Amino acid sequence: MSSSKESITRTLVVALLVCLVCSVFVAGAAVALRPIQTENRLLDKQRSILSIAGLGDASMSGAQVKQVFAERIEARLVDLETGKFSDAQDPITFDPLASSKDPALSKALAGQDDIASIKRRERYSTVYIVEQDGQLDTLIIPVRGYGLWSTLHGFIAVKGDLNTVAGFGFYEHAETPGLGGEVDNPKWRKQWLGKNLFNSKDEVAIHVVKGNVDPSSPQAIHQIDGLAGATLTSNGVTHLVQFWLGENGFGSFIEHLRAGEA
Amino acid sequence: MSQPTIKQVVLDPIFSNNPIGLQILGICSALAVTTNVQTALVMSVALTLVLAFSNTFISLIRSQIPSSIRMIVQMVIIASLVIVVDQVLKAYAYSLSKQLSVFVGLIITNCIVMGRAEAFAMSNPPVISFFDGIGNGLGYSAMLIVLGIIRELFGAGKLMGYTIMPVVNDGGWYLPNGMLLLPPSAFFLIGLIIWALRMWKKEQVEEPDFRIAAHSPEKEAY
Repeated sequence: MSSSKESITRTLVVALLVCLVCSVFVAGAAVALRPIQTENRLLDKQRSILSIAGLGDASMSGAQVKQVFAERIEARLVDLETGKFSDAQDPITFDPLASSKDPALSKALAGQDDIASIKRRERYSTVYIVEQDGQLDTLIIPVRGYGLWSTLHGFIAVKGDLNTVAGFGFYEHAETPGLGGEVDNPKWRKQWLGKNLFNSKDEVAIHVVKGNVDPSSPQAIHQIDGLAGATLTSNGVTHLVQFWLGENGFGSFIEHLRAGEA
Repeated sequence: MSQPTIKQVVLDPIFSNNPIGLQILGICSALAVTTNVQTALVMSVALTLVLAFSNTFISLIRSQIPSSIRMIVQMVIIASLVIVVDQVLKAYAYSLSKQLSVFVGLIITNCIVMGRAEAFAMSNPPVISFFDGIGNGLGYSAMLIVLGIIRELFGAGKLMGYTIMPVVNDGGWYLPNGMLLLPPSAFFLIGLIIWALRMWKKEQVEEPDFRIAAHSPEKEAY
């Protein structure tokens, strides 16, 4: 070890050069790859919307997803305060999730209201609409909430009567594979089809039960089998669905839509 | 080891000097990403690449690095490589990078990378360092893939996502062992593999630090 190598100037120069070279390297990779990454993220979301709405499956190519999405699905912005459609933001580029962290575009939830444990709710959210002959065919609502380990992000698709489930699923979560992760199991997801969200008094009634649903029970139309070994994830799913369909979520929007006033 | 050969540095870490099995490094990520073979494979490739290139770059500038900041310089190089790998995965294997989530980023803190940089690359020329990185990466990969196969096959009845044993939840006959999908199971499996490895290669058994002394005979006690 020569003393020149250990001198302060030398140390500073080496540190500076290493940092400079590395930062150019990292920045170069990040900038060059960003367009592909944004595209991927968008595509992933569109793909899951399509599969939950029953318009496609995971094997579709990127181009197919884009085409079907553009043809069949319309994104609309909803003001969750008024429960009506809004044009305050562009529904394509607006990111409701990011805005839920912005105090100007979201509100904090009080403890007893925050059943899905999301802490803040955005003011504007995007819903996706499938129309058939000018009539509302399917409404796709984003939902999210806390399970056991992670926030589950997903969509629930409702038929034109605004009561029957047309599809349900998550596109992002980190629950235990094999236990809570079974929310991705196609067999479990299929159970949601045809269930009713609201009871005769228009209250949110759908929930995940512990164990299996008794088909003879009058409540069975609102009930989903629990996930074995994943009680907390199952409860989380119940809470997040009830939150987003309830008065703090899309409840008043759905009411307006039903009355034709949205 | 005066002059290690390329063959030595590539093959040694797989069985006789396995980074997980003998050096007990990189356990954390081995528990986390081995619930299925696919993520284990991607993680293996990512780590092997980072390891090989960090070794090469560190070895290239090893005579320039002042010893007072050598660890930080190593960290900067490793971190940059990891970020690049993470970005590439996000761009070209989006769904996989979603599954691996933070664990690609955590390659930075993987002891194997830092350990090889410090133990090998700082005192060897670039080419052999590159192969040392490949070798240790392969050792890590071998362990990960074995764990991945066992955990996915017996925990979910699948391999690479293809159903091998149809599980009860999907109407099959195999009742999966849910324990295998939880991180602690990898701990037990790694323990068993280390045991098996040491039964086979006795030289890996360490000398115990302490020996239990014999009883003091009864009469000495009085």
